[in-house]
Amino acid sequence: MNILQRYDAMDYGPAPEARNEADAWLAHRDLGKALFIGGAWRSAERGATFPTEDPATGETLAIVSDAGTRDVDAAVAAARQALPKWQAKSGYERARILYAIGRAMQRNQRLFAVLESLDNGKPIRESRDIDVPLAIRHFLYHAGFAQDLENAFPGKVGVGVVGQIIPWNFPLLMLAWKIAPALAAGCTTVLKPAEFTPLTAILFGEICAQAGVPRGVVNILPGGPEAGAALVEHAGVDKIAFTGSSEVGKIIRTATAGSGKKLSLELGGKSAFIVFEDADLDSAVEGLVDGIWFNQGQVCCAGSRLIVQENVADTFYAKVRARMAKLRLGSPLDKNTDIGPLVAAVQRERVSGLVAEGSRQGAQCWQPDIMLPATGHYYLPTLATGVSPANILAQEEVFGPVLAAMSFRSADEAVELANNTRYGLAASVWSETISRALQVAPELKAGVVWINGTNMFDASCGFGGYRESGFGREGGREGMLEYLTVKTPVGRAIKPRPKRADTPEPAEAAPFLDRTAKLFIGGKQVRPDGNYALQIGDRKGKLAGEVGLGNRKDIRDAVQAARNCRAWGEATAYNRSQVLAFFTENLWARSDAFAARLVELTGVRASVARQEVEAAVERLFEHAGQADKFEGRVHQPPARAVTLALHEPVGVIGIVGPDEAPLLSLISLLAPALAMGNTVVAVPSEQHALVATDLYQVIEYSDLPAGAINIVTGRAAELAAVLARHDDVDGLWLIGDADTCRLAEAESVGNLKRVWTGGGRTVDWNAGPWAPEALRQRAVEIKNVWVPYGD
Amino acid sequence: MTSKVREADAQRAANDGATITPLPGRAGPPLLSHDAVARNPGMPLDLGWLETMRQVNRSALERRAATLAKRRSIKADNQAAWLLRAVSVMDLTTLNSNDTHERVRRLCAKAVRPFRQDLVEGLGIAGVDIRPAAVCVYHPFVATAVSALAGTGIHVAAVSTAFPHGLSPLKTRIEEVEASVADGADEIDVVIPRGLVYESDWTMLYDEIAAFRAACGDAHLKVILGTGDLSTLRNVTLASMVAMMAGADFIKTSTGKESVNATLPVGLAMVRAIRAYHERTGFQIGFKPAGGISTAKSALDWLVLMKEELGRPWLEPELFRFGASSLLTDIERQLEHHLTGRYSANHRHAMA
Repeated sequence: MNILQRYDAMDYGPAPEARNEADAWLAHRDLGKALFIGGAWRSAERGATFPTEDPATGETLAIVSDAGTRDVDAAVAAARQALPKWQAKSGYERARILYAIGRAMQRNQRLFAVLESLDNGKPIRESRDIDVPLAIRHFLYHAGFAQDLENAFPGKVGVGVVGQIIPWNFPLLMLAWKIAPALAAGCTTVLKPAEFTPLTAILFGEICAQAGVPRGVVNILPGGPEAGAALVEHAGVDKIAFTGSSEVGKIIRTATAGSGKKLSLELGGKSAFIVFEDADLDSAVEGLVDGIWFNQGQVCCAGSRLIVQENVADTFYAKVRARMAKLRLGSPLDKNTDIGPLVAAVQRERVSGLVAEGSRQGAQCWQPDIMLPATGHYYLPTLATGVSPANILAQEEVFGPVLAAMSFRSADEAVELANNTRYGLAASVWSETISRALQVAPELKAGVVWINGTNMFDASCGFGGYRESGFGREGGREGMLEYLTVKTPVGRAIKPRPKRADTPEPAEAAPFLDRTAKLFIGGKQVRPDGNYALQIGDRKGKLAGEVGLGNRKDIRDAVQAARNCRAWGEATAYNRSQVLAFFTENLWARSDAFAARLVELTGVRASVARQEVEAAVERLFEHAGQADKFEGRVHQPPARAVTLALHEPVGVIGIVGPDEAPLLSLISLLAPALAMGNTVVAVPSEQHALVATDLYQVIEYSDLPAGAINIVTGRAAELAAVLARHDDVDGLWLIGDADTCRLAEAESVGNLKRVWTGGGRTVDWNAGPWAPEALRQRAVEIKNVWVPYGD
Repeated sequence: MTSKVREADAQRAANDGATITPLPGRAGPPLLSHDAVARNPGMPLDLGWLETMRQVNRSALERRAATLAKRRSIKADNQAAWLLRAVSVMDLTTLNSNDTHERVRRLCAKAVRPFRQDLVEGLGIAGVDIRPAAVCVYHPFVATAVSALAGTGIHVAAVSTAFPHGLSPLKTRIEEVEASVADGADEIDVVIPRGLVYESDWTMLYDEIAAFRAACGDAHLKVILGTGDLSTLRNVTLASMVAMMAGADFIKTSTGKESVNATLPVGLAMVRAIRAYHERTGFQIGFKPAGGISTAKSALDWLVLMKEELGRPWLEPELFRFGASSLLTDIERQLEHHLTGRYSANHRHAMA
């Protein structure tokens, strides 16, 4: 073609990014020795390797060492050894190192970008303009937290050695999200990059050595599932941070149950992209391009479910189709490429299989007539319309460039459709009416909501999911919390209660008037479903009374009542504060009765019982006072946008209280959950259950809406297991024996409920401010709502 | 012309079917043959439609504009071709208070022979007149330009209607259009009184533009919105829609005299309005960003914007123009670099 012909055609033509520097980098390294352990480069102990390929051509880029169990041992040992010195460094010293990493990455950013695109297949525009700059920003941002750690997080220390496992879709960015906060918090790390994409992590290891990261503080282990499993199960690891599929996330949750390891999981999603009739439709179309056709749709928070208002749906689909016809598939290294190949053949097959099945189930699938490269794992962008919520394309995470569209009539229906998923990672809301957008955003069950935008990320803002999209946040202050810990003031180990506890002896005298303690469900005293009673002994082992023997159906009813109690979560924080203060008044008024009950049941001296009641009253009053103060924050990303980090209730929280200090422990657990707007299903101390049945009488006249607190008495361990297996329970706090705690964590995988346990030990409820604060933090989900502005 | 009259006109146009009017006044051979663009007859002012066009999210448009140029890269021979394209859609402009007839003649000479001979030969474009689409001047120089450009096919555009503010009596402004047309201008760049936008006086804005269009006759009407004065992209979109309904052949961003010139987000808002008008009426409206476009790189960004948002037809002079004065020199330097691999200097290329 001569210039005149080009002048007539006005096509773009190829604009390849040079790869010679990346090729030279690859050529000058023996990546068979790519395990970065204790500051040295090693081959795998068994000499194992795996190839990493260019998904656009299938060409093998490098043969990379494949870490095994013994390499994981070595890396964890190196991290463990490096930990004391790293923690002893001043925040300023750690900050300078984080800064040096960020700046060194900045100096080498094109090399990072080209390697990333070669290894992953993502368009160079994305690695160059998005992934790498965001990764750099993450280190520079966290340098500030490193220096300010003690001031910003008083009383908290780094969790220790962390094991980090990252996916292939954003290899360098996910590495940055993991390593930057860990180093800032004074942790040492062993990171395993994904098998498909180890290259930029290896380059990052070189940067670490150059930036003065002490040996062993950062260890990088390219490898596969064996290394991942070994890291997860390693006793020398204090925390696991994982980003990847929900399936593997659940395996990790199960594997770490009972281990005491801190855990954060950032998993899959099926994020809603809601377009209202009053949206800037053309801009919303571009939002979709950034939402579902970014990184070939291989994005955990991809806006994969388009939910568009019925009266503009056809117009909008037409605009989407027109835009799709302009997308360019091509070489990842071509600057004009919008969509590169999927990462591997297996992904392509999965995507095309899902589209075929979605089509069979009634979706109309459309692909634009655009050029498809001859080689590589390319998949055409796809719009599926008429997708019912029951369609596989609406339910399963496709992880490809496939958009599933459906329409809605009202805002309520849009929210219902958006929330009709097990996931809860992200959502977009498009409307030019701010009152509407800010109404809808809090109603969406998602950790990140973008108003009139999509896939906006920044180090200063938290990212992470609700529901089965995982837990924990990355970025911002909330992300730092995942790498910090306050030691729970635990006491002795709790012994499991024998299956058949000793039956109390008959009381010396029958009470003056017989009383029947019931369960308290949905604001009513109800008889247990099974109509059995549990005898409660007093301090001398004599019968003090009988409570209802709750069973799984009672738990089911209680959870339903808690779920149906919307009034509490929707009440203003001021209102909750007043109700809890009134509850405190009423508890205080019955102080004598509760103290007497404690003496009777537990055998403590009267003064000790009195102290416990007073402590409980004080605790409840404190949470009442904090109900309207434990607020979210406003983050300021480097864009014309504010990000509102809202504190939202977790939802329905199951609480299983211990026998020790039965009143104070129950109040200490109930109050923060209630203060933050959660509803509760409480299984009180089994041994001293009469304390709790006395308490519901106070609750009855304290103005709490029906269902806000539900109390099911019975065998605590058994009921704890029922709560753990109930997939409509969002959180579970449990003080009990080690086995019950482990089981609760393991069983939580059904819906990935947020579990907190005492690890099988008692807890000192009087030990300073940790409990109120730590539990308030656990009682909220942080939702980051991005609000870009400008008129 | 009142809106009633326009309605009748539009009705007639609708009854006759689309009127195909080639760009008038072209004396020389066409640069490249393309289908003629049907001239926009305008339509009755539709306030209901206008209301639905209010949803313009600046932040989102800015993000799109920022990534547009980064999503597309034009290299090597394609870049040379695209830069030639930029020249072919250029309104080579002089709008200075000290303009003289001689200065305008010089500008016209440059328009006729924009490139050094060695560049023409090196690029292989000898025999194909790739040169600016028009020369744009104030009214007193129209006749001078017309005579200097006679037989070249280069159009003469006159800025009009009390440029750059548009704040003289309507009668005077209409007469100004008529005078420039009488002097031989075949393109008239009118300005709107920006106050009408702030007053949401869409009817008056519509009537004024319709009157200008009537005064133009066969000359093509470019409506300058003065976007730097309009404050919001919503205002830009609404004013664009009213201008098109009133019969604009082109909508144009700026006079070059506002403190903010043509920006990509403003351009994006305007081309989306053009797309909406095209989708609804079938008529293709031209777009002219003007002011501050002085580098070859920024010219490419605008061409990418047109191709991505509106498509290939909007890369022809019938539907796209740059208003520019110093852009041509930068393009010449880039073209020289393309041929020689050496960076060039301004003084190596003939000034206007």
